[in-house]
Amino acid sequence: MRIALVATCLGDAMFPQAPRATVELLERLGHEVVFPADQTCCGQAHVNTGYLDMALPLVRHHVDVFTGVADVVVAPSGSCVGCVRHQHAMVARRGGDEGLARAAEDLAGRTYELSELLVDVLGVTDVGAYYPHRVTYHPTCHSLRMLRVGDKPLRLLREVRGLTLTELPDAEVCCGFGGTFAVKNAETSTAMLADKMANVLSTHAEVCTAGDTSCLMHIGGGLSRLRSGVRTVHLAEILASTEESPRVPDAIMSEAR
Amino acid sequence: MTTTHLGMPTVASDPHGHLRGTESFPVAAHRALADTQLRQNLGHATRTIRAKRAAVVGEVDDWEELRRAGECLKADVMARLPELLEQLEASVTARGGVVHWARDAEEANRIVVDLVQETGADEVVKVKSMATQETGLNEALGAAGIAALETDLAELIVQLSDDRPSHFLVPAIHRNRSEIRDIFLREMPDVDPDLTDEPRRLAMAARAHLRRKFLSARVGISGANFAVADSGTISVVESEGNGRMCLTLPDTLITVMGVEKIVPTWSDLEVFLQLLPRSSTGERMNPYTSTWSGVTPGDGPQTFHLVLLDNGRSNVLASPDGRQALHCIRCSACLNVCPVYERTGGHAYGSIYPGPIGAVLSPQLTGISGPDDVNASLPYASTLCGACFDACPVRIDIPHLLVQQRAAAVDAHTRPTAQDVAMRAAAAAMATPGRFSLAERVVKLGRLLGRSGRIRSVPGPGAAAWFGARDMPPPPAETFREWWARRERTRRDRT
Repeated sequence: MRIALVATCLGDAMFPQAPRATVELLERLGHEVVFPADQTCCGQAHVNTGYLDMALPLVRHHVDVFTGVADVVVAPSGSCVGCVRHQHAMVARRGGDEGLARAAEDLAGRTYELSELLVDVLGVTDVGAYYPHRVTYHPTCHSLRMLRVGDKPLRLLREVRGLTLTELPDAEVCCGFGGTFAVKNAETSTAMLADKMANVLSTHAEVCTAGDTSCLMHIGGGLSRLRSGVRTVHLAEILASTEESPRVPDAIMSEAR
Repeated sequence: MTTTHLGMPTVASDPHGHLRGTESFPVAAHRALADTQLRQNLGHATRTIRAKRAAVVGEVDDWEELRRAGECLKADVMARLPELLEQLEASVTARGGVVHWARDAEEANRIVVDLVQETGADEVVKVKSMATQETGLNEALGAAGIAALETDLAELIVQLSDDRPSHFLVPAIHRNRSEIRDIFLREMPDVDPDLTDEPRRLAMAARAHLRRKFLSARVGISGANFAVADSGTISVVESEGNGRMCLTLPDTLITVMGVEKIVPTWSDLEVFLQLLPRSSTGERMNPYTSTWSGVTPGDGPQTFHLVLLDNGRSNVLASPDGRQALHCIRCSACLNVCPVYERTGGHAYGSIYPGPIGAVLSPQLTGISGPDDVNASLPYASTLCGACFDACPVRIDIPHLLVQQRAAAVDAHTRPTAQDVAMRAAAAAMATPGRFSLAERVVKLGRLLGRSGRIRSVPGPGAAAWFGARDMPPPPAETFREWWARRERTRRDRT
């Protein structure tokens, strides 16, 4: 299958390990990955901060760049796919562009978060991965409640050789990131993060994984500040890791560099 | 989509009563977060009630169908609210009640004060009511020399301690029982000085305090959970029985209800009386359900007044998206599941309506007057985690409404804010691939800050907020698109 990759702006600029792992994983499974180089950002931060007018050109650009380039589109991010699927058409309609809204809906119907693509579209749960670490999984809010990915990431993780999966208490509670919330309401965000970190630490996991780089940046930023000895790793990196080329993150926050 | 107006002038400005606090959410939250007793009380109470709700919702096979039924009924009500209100007025009047229309909080208060003064009473007993908390009725009655006594236990605790409610259902959720004991000892005349913090003894103390008042009061004041348009029936659901006392013993009953509380027919109550108790108290059924239709000679109050309150609701109704907020049945399930509410409590929201629904309802009812309006901070008091939508018994898409109200807050900026400037710069950088690559190269300069492997601080106010509790890795040596381009070159060279 020909699959177009949304690297996500955060993944492209700050955390390239997640989109890189997505490419390696999908190619290993025999698929062709294309990266439309003109892509920038889905506009989620603008939409969710209330800048719907400013988001309109970003939505138009995203739709232009990704329409007609592949069979399906994938992003290693629940919140970016959530924005594409649940907000792009709304932004277009609010801006009075019904044509763009329809095109956005059409594109959204072919856009998948990574675990959705693997389990629902490609029909695979055992991707041949090997990751000999103790791991706990945080189901990010937008994956869970916007996309309803359910237990798909856990089904993928359970098939990973060598991996010990430990259950995260109060897993479904938000980590407190919320995009600009972490800055505009930093103290409340920190209070939520403290509880999330306490739950992560209670599992005695070495790695906390999730399907969204932004939430991992938040949880990982807190765990790093506390020198907790627990690192955050995107789900794609775990699934891309194999016995032939295992991924061994070299430091808590500075992987892949 | 067309907009609907109620056919009466709407007042978008104050006086709105208690729909707006005096501080922005982050400022008020700062204080709440530091109150360890408050955090403990809220954490314990919301955890307990979440578990109860989850258990009783889980046992209903058709819960999702019930939610959809509730959603559809409310959407229908909003689509023809003016017509249903006129029908309600006619049916209440036909059964001996008197209907009053109040444009705003001040007008509602004036109507009620006049009605009480006409009876000559200087004391009223009150059933717990959000509508009269919204209008600030107790203060208005007090100013007119009329003592209003809250008879709901938690509302009584709030009133005795000169406090404000912090939750729809459990207005004293921010208090624990030893604090309540102290309040009773301090404020309740004739209380047993050996009172303990045992819940039963606290309830008995309140009962003794209230019983005399129930028997002597000539006027009762209530809100309404539902008003049935075709029969003119008003309904109040409650747990303690204090409501039943207030609704049956006085000669005069005055009910103040928001215009959105209407349901078309009696049989529609079937849906809401299943949804409400399970969502609010986590009970299969609430202990007391009172319904009355006008006046029944020789039985209960012989004079009944219904005050229909707009107070900004027409403005909310006029917004095709925003009107969903009027579907709210005040169950408080969204408060109990909200991770923000659980940590800050209700007072941080300023408005009498806290939590996720309050964060969208309050700014819609008052309108957002500008960048300094404290209600403009409310839609941002959420991570958009979506737990509120899942818990809402009538499926209000609160995350969507939060985004819409954030847009309203941005639209109200009369001068460019720092956030506007940052967002405009980001949008410009993301508008074309060339500029985006350039921005990435600027980001990469951040590597200079992270030579130790992690960045611990960066100058700037927004950065200070982040770095107060979180590190950030340095930007990567190679962006994804650089890696991709390098890989493509290598592949081309190989072929």
